[in-house]
Amino acid sequence: MSEIPTDLKYTDEHEWVRREDSGTLVVGLTDYAQEQLGDLVYVDTPEVGASFAAGDVCAVVESVKAASDVYSPAGGEVVAVNESLQDSPEQISNDPYGDGWLFEIAPEDAAEWEDLLDPDQYEELLDSA
Amino acid sequence: MPAKATPLREQHRSCGGRLVDFAGWELPLHYGSQVAEHHAVRRAAGVFDVSHLALTMVSGRGAKSYLRRLLANDIDRLGERIAGLYTCLLNDSGCVIDDLIAYRLADERYRVVSNAATAESVHAQMKKIARAFPVTLVPEEERVTLAVQGPQAMETGAAAATTVLGGEFASELAALKPFNAMESRGFLAARTGYTGEDGFEIYLDAATGQALWQALLEAEVAPCGLGARDTLRLEAGLCLYGQDMDDSVTPLHCGLKWTVAMDPPQRDFLGRRALEQLADSENLPAFKGLVLKKRGMLRAGQTVRTPHGPGVVTSGGYSPTMGASIGLARVPRGAYADCEVEIRGVGVTCAVVKPPFVRRGRILVDAHGDRES
Repeated sequence: MSEIPTDLKYTDEHEWVRREDSGTLVVGLTDYAQEQLGDLVYVDTPEVGASFAAGDVCAVVESVKAASDVYSPAGGEVVAVNESLQDSPEQISNDPYGDGWLFEIAPEDAAEWEDLLDPDQYEELLDSA
Repeated sequence: MPAKATPLREQHRSCGGRLVDFAGWELPLHYGSQVAEHHAVRRAAGVFDVSHLALTMVSGRGAKSYLRRLLANDIDRLGERIAGLYTCLLNDSGCVIDDLIAYRLADERYRVVSNAATAESVHAQMKKIARAFPVTLVPEEERVTLAVQGPQAMETGAAAATTVLGGEFASELAALKPFNAMESRGFLAARTGYTGEDGFEIYLDAATGQALWQALLEAEVAPCGLGARDTLRLEAGLCLYGQDMDDSVTPLHCGLKWTVAMDPPQRDFLGRRALEQLADSENLPAFKGLVLKKRGMLRAGQTVRTPHGPGVVTSGGYSPTMGASIGLARVPRGAYADCEVEIRGVGVTCAVVKPPFVRRGRILVDAHGDRES
């Protein structure tokens, strides 16, 4: 069974989102997503300063198997990216909710946080998959 | 789940295989990490369940004449040996219906091993041509085919197999040259493979196949899935049907000219006339290897830009041995060392090389894509 931490929110694209005290959102792939992808070999992260609308493709992760788009869970500006994934994309597989984080975004509209799935809803999504 | 499963389905489940649908077959993609499985084959030994491959026994007085008409490579090249011949099956336009191995077992007995995804079209073509020859075609089902590959396949793997198959299996197998085979006590073992490593492929009944699988695992031969099979064959520069070739191209379009036997000129094999006409064409593309010089990933379908016009990546992915992305591509002929591949709208520089990339555990092209001496 995939791990679903209770202190995070989720998207139906199998991303997790953590709200920092400052209001910024840290984004990564869920345990389920990394399991589905298999061995990860390359991550194309966004540039710091880039702006995205909610739902835009903002990163790509490539496993040995295939490429998979990562969507911005909220509109806003990228304020940090996990540069260490360039050399060790396997961190996503080994620690999806920790060292495997992808990027951090400063949301334009704080209310978008409310639209994300809570852990129970995400679990339901996995159960129905 | 798909309708068909090999006799090793339970074995795959019990060792953690992630089962997927492949051409209507339930098969393991990997058993945890396809990269680890890839390395196991390059560094030690791995075993693949390839029982989904379609087997057809061809027997009868006309078997040899039939195969000489059917196949683009000439089965007569095998002489009196028990051995396998890699070949394409073509249609009248010279395009590839499938690539396959035909084993000569005896004068009037052959086994054809073709891909699962093309089973129907291969069978239809084989049946159609068989009408004109005194031959019998019998599809073989519920059997096990294993590929044991890696630098230790011939020691660890063959030794474990001897415990199941008896006799002097390991030493008899070791005496065979590449592509030669032995048939004994109901099994066929051949020095063939699809990884660029030493090893063997073996065809047996379901019960013996299950016992052999178990013995190999107990000898710490790593179970390997379709994922590793694909990255290994890509590094070895071997074509995959459905990607590098299909029924829209001829063997001359995918680096397989060496498998087409134009001699003797009187042998009238399927597709011969079409290939003869093409052979004079100056527009035939080249089939090359690409090594991505920067970060990113080559994937099938990407556009290649060369000084002589566009081409296409037919297979692309990650090379675990090289730690870089590599691909096979159909590109215009010409002398150029670099090209650009369009990855998500951006042109990324690739070195153009001659496959294979990796063979017998050794990288044959350096970081710049140049061939090492």
